Amino acid sequence: MKEVVVLSGKGGTGKTTIVGSLAALAERKVLADCDVDAADLHLLLSPLEKEKNEFWCGQVAHIDADKCNECAVCQELCRFGAINNFRVDAVSCEGCGFCSRICPAEAITMRDNMAGYWFISDTSYGPLVHARLGIAQENSGKLVAEVRRRARQIAEEQGLDYIISDGPPGIGCPVISSLSGAALALLVTEPSLAGLHDLGRVLGLCHHFGIPAMVCINKYDLNEENTREIECECAGQGVAVVGRVPFDNVVTESIVQGVPLVEYSDGSITREIQRMWHTLSMV
Amino acid sequence: MIISIASGKGGTGKTLVATSLALSLRDDYKVQLLDCDVEEPNDHVFLRPEITGTEAVATPVPRVDEEKCTYCGECARVCAFNAIAVVGNNVLTFPQLCHGCGACAYLCPEKAISEEDRETGVAEWGHSNGLAFAHGKLTVGEAMAPPVIRKVKEHANNEGIVIVDVPPGTSCPVVEALRGSDFCILVTEPTPFGLNDLTLAVETVRELDIPCGVVLNRTGVGDSGVEEYCRQKRIPVLLTIPLDTEIARLYSRGITMVDGMPQWKSRFFRLYDKVSDIVDERSRGPER
Repeated sequence: MKEVVVLSGKGGTGKTTIVGSLAALAERKVLADCDVDAADLHLLLSPLEKEKNEFWCGQVAHIDADKCNECAVCQELCRFGAINNFRVDAVSCEGCGFCSRICPAEAITMRDNMAGYWFISDTSYGPLVHARLGIAQENSGKLVAEVRRRARQIAEEQGLDYIISDGPPGIGCPVISSLSGAALALLVTEPSLAGLHDLGRVLGLCHHFGIPAMVCINKYDLNEENTREIECECAGQGVAVVGRVPFDNVVTESIVQGVPLVEYSDGSITREIQRMWHTLSMV
Repeated sequence: MIISIASGKGGTGKTLVATSLALSLRDDYKVQLLDCDVEEPNDHVFLRPEITGTEAVATPVPRVDEEKCTYCGECARVCAFNAIAVVGNNVLTFPQLCHGCGACAYLCPEKAISEEDRETGVAEWGHSNGLAFAHGKLTVGEAMAPPVIRKVKEHANNEGIVIVDVPPGTSCPVVEALRGSDFCILVTEPTPFGLNDLTLAVETVRELDIPCGVVLNRTGVGDSGVEEYCRQKRIPVLLTIPLDTEIARLYSRGITMVDGMPQWKSRFFRLYDKVSDIVDERSRGPER
């Protein structure tokens, strides 16, 4: 079983469009949406929800006003500025529990935090594990780890060949959580200077964690000079460019229709993604 | 006034709006742009600022003096993040998991733990053609963006207009960047993805009690879902930007929209006026 995670560094380069298409092209796979902040993959796959589970993670401090004698020790020691006027700002609280341990009046307790939900759904392309992080919550990395764990479990139980994950943008906590231990990262970029800059950082992350990476240049024809620069950069680092996908409004149309691009269009864009999947599946 | 530029979904045009808004206002106001997308900062690609100062961002992590340590295990019990473990006569620390709360050092009965700084990123500041500028860069391989964002925001000017470019998403880095804003401009696109992620972004700014309005980018393709949602939720659509390959080409070359298409400057100026009116009205009005 092989886990392919699709990342980009920069947001909006087409990760979900590519994952939706791979969902339709790959056989014997489970899909995982690791962008738990702003999950969109379900909008292409018409999932039928089978399981909805609460995700409890971390804690938040709570001050019992009856016991609090307003000594302010907690406010002085909290490094996150989460206690003001003897009240806890739940959004700022990191759940370290320091305050609850040093309160002389024992007025502070830590309460478990419900940080979101994760789901297992059926789609006509195979099972999908996805999640929704609660608004303004921490622990996105741990929710990603939960999504991956469940996807892996399903792949093992059903003897599937692939886990295909849609990763979050950026290079921080949830991205590291999506990437660690994957067999391959497919990096979707675009031929803009911003895309090139961000690709460099996410490539650096793959090197840092020793994950093999391949690159797909989306909307390559918007700036062919930058496309060549990305190809040179990749060649210099020994990273294969496995796809060059043209700009086409049909992508937006397929999103509006809520179907994977390769099922919606039989144009050159679809043939290019088919060719890319063929290359990836040979690795 | 602090105006943040956010979006649930990545790649909707936050950087385009933040840079063009800042450049449109700079002749008439004192303007500062803070790029708080410290995982993938891009504003500098467009503004090519002259950097005049830098400061390392450090998280305090524990250092154990094994001469004093009795391996009692209290530090491991108090750490909520599993960043310190006692195994037999060994204390293991995992600095990347440490949030720097300081509990282990404070609560160690033998006073065997001190704290040392670990660098996780850098904040840089300077200017670009009369525009004050600051941004942060999370070190590649580091997980925690919020301390870098906090450091960038320490450089916010107290006067004039501060424009904050917020990272995508809805979790802690976004909250850290948004906190303290007087208004949030949410940039989205007219597609089901744009709508889904806008809905999440609106919930986030409402949780933080920040008024918001929408900039709709790449109109002309897609559907009407976002506009219907905005009408229903009474969220003003402050500016629409059409899908135009010329805009995309300028962007791809690292040229801001108002530099490449100066006719847009007055529209970004009006965008600011609308935001300013809403903020003024909100500060006067009895209902919030």
